[in-house]
Amino acid sequence: MNAYVGTPTSRVDGRAKVTGAAKYAGEFSAEGLVHGFVVEATIPRGRIVRLDTSEALKVAGVLDVLTHANRPSLADKDEAWKDEVAPEGSPFRPLYDDLIKFNGQPIALVVAEEWETAKFAATLVRIDYEQDGFATDLEAGRGSAREMDKPHKPRGDAKAALAAATLRHEADYLVPTEHHNPMELYATTTVWEGDGKLTVYDKTQGVQNVQKFLCGVFDKKPEEIRVLSPYVGGAFGSGLRPQYQVVLATLAALALKRSVRVVLTRRQMYGLGYRPMTIEHVALGAGPDGTLDAVSHEAIAVTSRYEDFSRNDTGWAEQLYKSPNSHSSHKLIDLDVSTPCDMRAPGAASGVCALECAMDELAVALKLDPVELRLKCYSDRDQSEGLPYTSKQLRECYARGAEAFGWARRNPAPRSMRDGKELVGWGMATGVWEALQMPVAVRIVLTANGHAEVSCAASDIGTGTYTIVAQVAADALGLPIENISVRLADSTLPQAPVEGGSWMAASSAHAVLGAAEDIRQELARLAKAIPGSPLANDAADVLLIDGMIASEGKNGAAVSIADVMRHSKLERIEKEKLNQFAEDKSHARNTHSAVFAEVKVDEELGVIRVTRVVSAVAAGRILNTKTGRSQIMGSVVWGIGMALHEETVMDHRFGRIMNANIAEYHIPVNADIHDIDVIFVDEPDSRINRMGIKGLGEIGIVGVPAAIANAVYHATGKRIRRFPITLDKLLD
Amino acid sequence: MNNFQYSRASEVADALRLLDADPGAKLIAGGTNLIDLMKENVERPSRLIDISRLPLRDIEETADGGLRIGALVPNSDLAYHPLIEQRYPLLASAILAGASAQLRNMASVGGNLMQRTRCAYFYDTTTPCNKRSPGMGCSALDGLNRNHAILGTSTSCIATNPSDMSVALAALGALVHIAGRTGKRTIALTDFHRLPDDKPHLDTNLGSGEIITAIELPPQRFARNYRYLKIRDRLSYAFALVSVAAAVELEGNAISEARLALGGVAHKPWRTPEAEAALRGQAATPDHFGRAADLLLQGATARSHNGFKIELARRAVVRALIQATSTTPQSQARKKIA
Ligand SMILES: Cc1cc2nc3c(=O)[nH]c(=O)nc-3n(C[C@H](O)[C@H](O)[C@H](O)COP(=O)(O)OP(=O)(O)OC[C@H]3O[C@@H](n4cnc5c(N)ncnc54)[C@H](O)[C@@H]3O)c2cc1C
Ligand code: SF4
Repeated sequence: MNAYVGTPTSRVDGRAKVTGAAKYAGEFSAEGLVHGFVVEATIPRGRIVRLDTSEALKVAGVLDVLTHANRPSLADKDEAWKDEVAPEGSPFRPLYDDLIKFNGQPIALVVAEEWETAKFAATLVRIDYEQDGFATDLEAGRGSAREMDKPHKPRGDAKAALAAATLRHEADYLVPTEHHNPMELYATTTVWEGDGKLTVYDKTQGVQNVQKFLCGVFDKKPEEIRVLSPYVGGAFGSGLRPQYQVVLATLAALALKRSVRVVLTRRQMYGLGYRPMTIEHVALGAGPDGTLDAVSHEAIAVTSRYEDFSRNDTGWAEQLYKSPNSHSSHKLIDLDVSTPCDMRAPGAASGVCALECAMDELAVALKLDPVELRLKCYSDRDQSEGLPYTSKQLRECYARGAEAFGWARRNPAPRSMRDGKELVGWGMATGVWEALQMPVAVRIVLTANGHAEVSCAASDIGTGTYTIVAQVAADALGLPIENISVRLADSTLPQAPVEGGSWMAASSAHAVLGAAEDIRQELARLAKAIPGSPLANDAADVLLIDGMIASEGKNGAAVSIADVMRHSKLERIEKEKLNQFAEDKSHARNTHSAVFAEVKVDEELGVIRVTRVVSAVAAGRILNTKTGRSQIMGSVVWGIGMALHEETVMDHRFGRIMNANIAEYHIPVNADIHDIDVIFVDEPDSRINRMGIKGLGEIGIVGVPAAIANAVYHATGKRIRRFPITLDKLLD
Repeated sequence: MNNFQYSRASEVADALRLLDADPGAKLIAGGTNLIDLMKENVERPSRLIDISRLPLRDIEETADGGLRIGALVPNSDLAYHPLIEQRYPLLASAILAGASAQLRNMASVGGNLMQRTRCAYFYDTTTPCNKRSPGMGCSALDGLNRNHAILGTSTSCIATNPSDMSVALAALGALVHIAGRTGKRTIALTDFHRLPDDKPHLDTNLGSGEIITAIELPPQRFARNYRYLKIRDRLSYAFALVSVAAAVELEGNAISEARLALGGVAHKPWRTPEAEAALRGQAATPDHFGRAADLLLQGATARSHNGFKIELARRAVVRALIQATSTTPQSQARKKIA
């Protein structure tokens, strides 16, 4: 039954969030709670030669200053510091030793009775460094890039094909460093429960990941540490790995045998992960008719000196555009910075941005409509593996998006459309992301009063997991959604990976479905065993609907769940189930989108407004059209930011970020956002999984920056390949 | 943030006495700039003298037909005051182009005049900055200077004054009323802020023991032909890359009086007699506007990243004058630049 799935159900946690009842990691309290404030390194590379905490310790209310010299023991093997999603390398260990690896690295934690006291005392900690030579500039280091191993194998001979192609387009596109800047500051409250036991409230996208990590780092038994993260005020990938404040709060709790809270400042959050600055070099070779001969994509990205972070920036053309020859490579440059991390649609947001700008440039060179070029090259197969898709309604995305946008009325000539003093530009781009699914277990406890509690360790990072879990459970159990309560993000609950990669909707929904199925079978067995029950001796299967167990047989007999449980003297039925997806390597799994954007650019002043965006998305079954639409709208807003505003600016003389605050790190404000139209294209997919779910968390941002950049070109005739497109780049 | 003492002044004399008694003391009004700087350890006052309850919240007509505005009038109240909306809409428009509604509710007139530069190095105590620590050097000269000044700079500092309100006040010919130990004085707003020369740590000519009590607007209002045009990196809630306060009086199509001030380009609102003189008596045409813009920008020099500001400012001046002379002022609520 689908009373809820596929409908615009409002968030089940909405009320708690807007009334303040929802508690975040930094809002939990405990008796005797004390506060830690982080002292950060102010050089990018070197060694601490003196760390004088004496003045800080004199401040009334200061309890301790933890440093590498006096801290309790921390694991000394890299293995212990590697979390579920750690990249290759040697993870960063806060307060481990005297080495400085990046500017903003935590080097001491001042613990005091009051947060203000700790913050003040932190200014009194004196540090002398021995500075080493350092490098933080990706572009300057381009020559020292080293090749990474990537799954995409070359096909044909792209180099030769490019050389021979009638038409060639080749360019560098630069995506700057970007920071997530979730509204909620990173925070941990570690509650000292006595006997070395800890309850840790942490801002994270994966409580079990953090729990295992803390057990490793502090050499604790699993039952000694419990991690919770019931609400997360945005994370966007920055909370996939355990962040250093959870180590520091826990370290301090163990050192002081007290409950400790550590909240990072906005500036300190710029010392966490980020979207790595990347030079995307794209070369396309085409025949005069617009068929591609060759695609070559090389990404050169920043990483830290201690870990190799990289995602798939390249290879997306394999999914999208037919070409007999293709080549891609991913290179890294080691710099004296913290390790980058996942940020909404990691890899694709940057790589597809470049690919889609390049396709637009090729369309211009070929004098072809950009949509037509993409249709000419449309690939029904994932070329890297030679596989068909479980479903791919991208053609429909182009068609529906173009129609809603009015694309047919576009005059292809740049600078040909105007509105008063503004040049009008229409641009488009394709988006693509993966449809992944991961092992997730769910426990359902059905009680005789017709109420079900669904629990799982998965986080809801604001995306709506609470809501879709409740929807799926309500439908599967035949109960009203009000009778479903959902518990998430507690490490003691059934297994879940970090919430990321857009995999949680499909993964959690199928776990719910599995557990509900077990409950249904149990109820059927019980109902049929009750002598004289209308279902006794009924061979047909049963459905759960409207609080009833109903026969699928012709007579349509039914009994209420409550009656059956009462008769069977059962207060509760509890089932836990790990989702199961059929192993199927025969098809590729992706989500797609077509994004159309209108910009208006003041011809003389260069001021850009994104007046309209239409995003047509094909992502399998949409579980909740309201939260789903919000996901895409939010992604489009972010894409506008990526195109026009976002950039972490570093002064390479100091190796220091100079706009580590949200006044100077610009994201769009209301005035920058106009019409956003979200279209979900029907995409039935019976192959990918039982419910046909693909996930929506990331597809919405992919392609948006390119559509806007292409619109800016169409408006102005200027091709800006360095993001963000600020007005100075349009003045000449 | 450092530890500090806190005192509340109930009268101007109180505040002056407290200032005198403690050379490390700072006045605090709305706190929207000072507290931020304290959090970054840029300002480390030994004492905060809270002046927010001083009786300086009135907006009164002066004998000559101008207005006197108390130093503690909140920015929002000022922008939406009927006398300001009707008589000095240029000022209202400039204020509303700045910050956000929440900040404008807290910010005071005096605090707005005294707000410090947004130069990133000034805010970051780990980098050299002559304004913060005289003699340390200026990191912006050869660093990230996209937002920095193109006019009136020195080799010590190329910071800009970030205030929008001050640009309109400069164009309108406002006066600043000041009280000090030795009595009261009044100076022109255009003489209130300084150029950096070799003393960039001094933003203004306000003495260390002095306090702003009011600003005064002269009778000439420019209520018909005006425009505050602010160009920034997003359409709201960002400091100006360049802003223009333009005001003219027209006789037919001829300009009888003109005012032109630039924001975001110098250590103070930038106004020159030459540019305005060049407009007086001229027909309101883009050519004449361009000439005035050239005069206003005479001597502009760029560093590595802010060269675009020179041409942007020129175009913005022309646009603002076109808008001012064609009587199509726009509300700040509509961000489209006509
Ligand atoms: C995120 C952000 C964005 C902003 N954007 C803009 C913008 O776009 N445009 C813009 O113009 N402004 C902007 N502002 C700045 C804002 O306008 C100022 O912070 C505000 O006007 C300061 O007023 P205040 O009363 O809060 O001053 P306070 O912070 O209280 O004081 C600032 C300084 O003025 C001194 N002072 C205050 N009153 C007096 C007085 N009567 N006499 C002598 N000295 C005095 C104080 O000692 C202190 O040094 C922004 C601020 C923020 C935080
Ligand atoms: S421009 Fe002025 S404020 Fe900025 S670093 Fe140089 S001296 Fe400091």
